[in-house]
Amino acid sequence: MDYVLSLLGPLAQGAGVTLKLFAITLALAVPLGLVLALARVSRWKALSTFVNGYIWLMRGTPLMLQMLFIYFALPFVPVVGVRLPDFPAAVVAFALNYAAYFAEIFRAGIQSVDRGQYEAAKVLGMNYRQTMRRIVLPQMVRSILPPMSNETITLVKDTSLIYVLALNDLLRAARGIVQRDFTTTPFIVAAAFYLAMTLLLTWGFQRLEKRYAKYDQ
Amino acid sequence: MPSTTSEVPMIEARHLHKAFGANQVLRGVSLQVHRGEVVAVIGPSGSGKSTFLRCLNHLETIDSGHIAIEGETLATTDAQGRCAYVPDAEVRRIGAKTGMVFQHFNLFPHLTVLENLIEAPRVVLGLARDAAVARAEALLEKVGLLPKRDNYPARLSGGQKQRVAIARALCMQPDIMLFDEPTSALDPELTGEVLRTMRELAEEHMTMLVVTHEMGFAREVANTVAFMDQGELIAALPAVQFFADPGHERARAFLDHML
Repeated sequence: MDYVLSLLGPLAQGAGVTLKLFAITLALAVPLGLVLALARVSRWKALSTFVNGYIWLMRGTPLMLQMLFIYFALPFVPVVGVRLPDFPAAVVAFALNYAAYFAEIFRAGIQSVDRGQYEAAKVLGMNYRQTMRRIVLPQMVRSILPPMSNETITLVKDTSLIYVLALNDLLRAARGIVQRDFTTTPFIVAAAFYLAMTLLLTWGFQRLEKRYAKYDQ
Repeated sequence: MPSTTSEVPMIEARHLHKAFGANQVLRGVSLQVHRGEVVAVIGPSGSGKSTFLRCLNHLETIDSGHIAIEGETLATTDAQGRCAYVPDAEVRRIGAKTGMVFQHFNLFPHLTVLENLIEAPRVVLGLARDAAVARAEALLEKVGLLPKRDNYPARLSGGQKQRVAIARALCMQPDIMLFDEPTSALDPELTGEVLRTMRELAEEHMTMLVVTHEMGFAREVANTVAFMDQGELIAALPAVQFFADPGHERARAFLDHML
């Protein structure tokens, strides 16, 4: 038991890195995903096609490859080439990647709103922007909650990929101790950490779903 | 009652043509509606009634023809046959003269009854909340639904939803009300309350264009009955005259079938 308690300190430190990456990614990818989704449903064909290509690229290649590319290869790309430190490089890769997934969820949510809602807004004199902001997006939120819950839980676990940039997240911290102490107990403690985080997320999303279900009763 | 022809018509539609792909749904429809007039548009399904109505407030665009609302041109066709609409902002401004009630209500499900009413006055007209609420409550009182002001639409019956939809349209203070089969989605026992609300509106001399299958309403409330069939507006006659003898074979056959 004392051994388990002694693990909590270092693993909590790793969990801190995991949570930081998770929170920053979410804070960047949600607004970016919304912008991409709106571009995707836009009547401007060129924009929609461009975003479609972007989503294909981001969903069609491994997140780890994207992270490695941004960290190792981006500095040598002409014009846009910048050398990012390890954590920012990971954040950029995660945000760009997750924005693509979120965009598709948001798009499906936007398209699930009945055509009659647009027509009602139009005959009441609302322009496109007002219709989106006041009528369509609030209704979208409700239908995207279950898939968003899924996707954010995946994000918690995907954060473990940053070990390739030698960042000490929860899993890498656990692995370090496993190799040092020749016991698998740290893995079990790390699993408990992940489970606690996803439990919190699941609970949060359930509360949100309940709140948005009120207009069904 | 229809006013004199010297006045600018509230709605003027001339030679409207509209096709969905190869399907010609409007084949040169013309109609004038005057201030305070209640026009019932009747005809078999697929005759183009709803499409005609939806062209008047730009939910559908016409391929050719001329539409003016209260004398202001919405769309017109030049001598070369090119049909042009006025710019978007103008379309919205002219569209604000008309209110619309849909067959399937189209209430905003995420907003309460009161919020459904005040949303557009606040967002579009920039009305202060107090003023919008006062206006909305007066209208809810009128349609008999003030006690439901804080309910979500899902809690209402079909008839109540449609009355809220009517109040929501009126809350923008339109000069003309367009009704697209307002009772067709309702259980028969719920149509009465909606028709009663519409009748009251007609008695206040609201200009109304009503696409309907309710022959009783057309006969008792409408001043004018417009009969459409296969994309053509075949007859527009005073209601009394229409029901006595529409003067057209297809209209007579339709009446025999409906009555």
